[in-house]
Amino acid sequence: MNWEVFGIWMGALLTLSLYSFLYRDNPFYKFTEHLFVGMSAGYWVIYTIENVLIPNWWDKLVPAEGPMQPVWLVPGVLALFMLFRIVPKLAGFSRLSLAFIVGTGAGISITAMLQTNALEQVHGTIIALSRGGGWFDWVSNLILVTGVVCGLVYFFFSKPHTGVIGGAANIGITVLMVAFGASFGYTVMARISLLIGQTQFLLFDWLPTMGVNL
Amino acid sequence: MATFIEKLGNTDRRVIFILMALAVVLPLALRMNLPILIDEGPSKDHYDFVEALPEGSRVLLSFDYDPSTMPELQPMAVALCQQLMTKNIKIVSMALWPMGVSLGNEALTAISDSLGREEYVDWVNLGYKTGGGVLIVRMGSDIHSVFPTDYNGYPIADMPIMDGINKLGDFDMIISLSAGDPGIPAWVMMAGDRYNIPIGGGCTAVSSPQFYPYLDTGQMVGFLGGLKGAADYETMVRAELDDAPPGTATPGMAAQSVAHLVIMLFIIIGNIAYLSEKKRKGGAK
Repeated sequence: MNWEVFGIWMGALLTLSLYSFLYRDNPFYKFTEHLFVGMSAGYWVIYTIENVLIPNWWDKLVPAEGPMQPVWLVPGVLALFMLFRIVPKLAGFSRLSLAFIVGTGAGISITAMLQTNALEQVHGTIIALSRGGGWFDWVSNLILVTGVVCGLVYFFFSKPHTGVIGGAANIGITVLMVAFGASFGYTVMARISLLIGQTQFLLFDWLPTMGVNL
Repeated sequence: MATFIEKLGNTDRRVIFILMALAVVLPLALRMNLPILIDEGPSKDHYDFVEALPEGSRVLLSFDYDPSTMPELQPMAVALCQQLMTKNIKIVSMALWPMGVSLGNEALTAISDSLGREEYVDWVNLGYKTGGGVLIVRMGSDIHSVFPTDYNGYPIADMPIMDGINKLGDFDMIISLSAGDPGIPAWVMMAGDRYNIPIGGGCTAVSSPQFYPYLDTGQMVGFLGGLKGAADYETMVRAELDDAPPGTATPGMAAQSVAHLVIMLFIIIGNIAYLSEKKRKGGAK
């Protein structure tokens, strides 16, 4: 048996089964959905054991050369505590592990996040309107600064949105709508790209196995 | 009584699905080609930055995606490998997503074989490690302790390509092909801003808007957004080469454009139908 062709046929039939949901819910779709969920769960369990647990923990706890390293029992115990969540009486232990994860994550991320996503962005907005030289850059910079200021005004709730504040807030909400529209446009492009990818697979990988070459 | 346009506005969704399917299938089946216009933009900035790197530079290429985003990111991976290897730039690759290892390997080996490049001399795939941002921070001080071996278990200390590469600061550029988290944001935060290393990359169209601010602030040198970014890059790379293999993103853009036209048409019809119905009901009062 040619396993490559078998794989292509499996992929094609499962793809068509999933798309059959667009007509209406049916047993083919249900079967494929359950198969996907089951296989994903199984795959990730094995992958995590093989690529995370063994190299990052077991191989360090029990190295190929040298004695056992007891210090590596600590993360092992913390990992075990996480599993205690399924036993209500022992679930409290999992908080120790979670505290460790949240504390470490926050310690590493907070300053970096603040620097990258707040301070640098503020710095990038404090610009001279004439930066860049030409009239296009001037207009572009004006839109950037006005958009940011008015967007911030929209989220300022200590004053009623009337008069100048109301006008600025209206510009702010317009800028936000434009941003949401651009984001939606990109989302549509992403979804169509996935459809294009599967269609290319069906047209140029699957159909040739039946002698149909487009 | 409902007018024709109102009836059109209430079209069965399955009819719309069929039209969308045709809008995608026909341009692909008929090998329709639309010109890809490359103007100033993040894709061109990225291409120009890589082009300006001197021969022998070292680039860290991280494959931070999995098969679910292959249609958008794999063409970018192929085009980037083509550009980097053609320019004799050394590629040290890795993955923050487990399945990125094999997808990256596909692109690397295909281009390496076609150009006669050598594994461990011109490129290497270090493999996958969990940890995301924490992993990047550790690589900032010592790559060898994070990746003692490559994905095949070969010690990286014995590889010619790793001579002189001990930490992230030893790279001339970092490129992340990112489908989400961990990906570009982690590289910008933990490597770009921290060690002042130029960051480039490609991402899915869904996440593109969030990376535009990084361009204005100079935190990224450029990026490729979705299938359009991939098609741009394929076009630019192929323009410089005589026998570059055909990509999958450029033909996909014709289908993309036709599908977008169909969506725009339905949005317009839906709005006209809505306004028409509103007007008719208002008139009835």
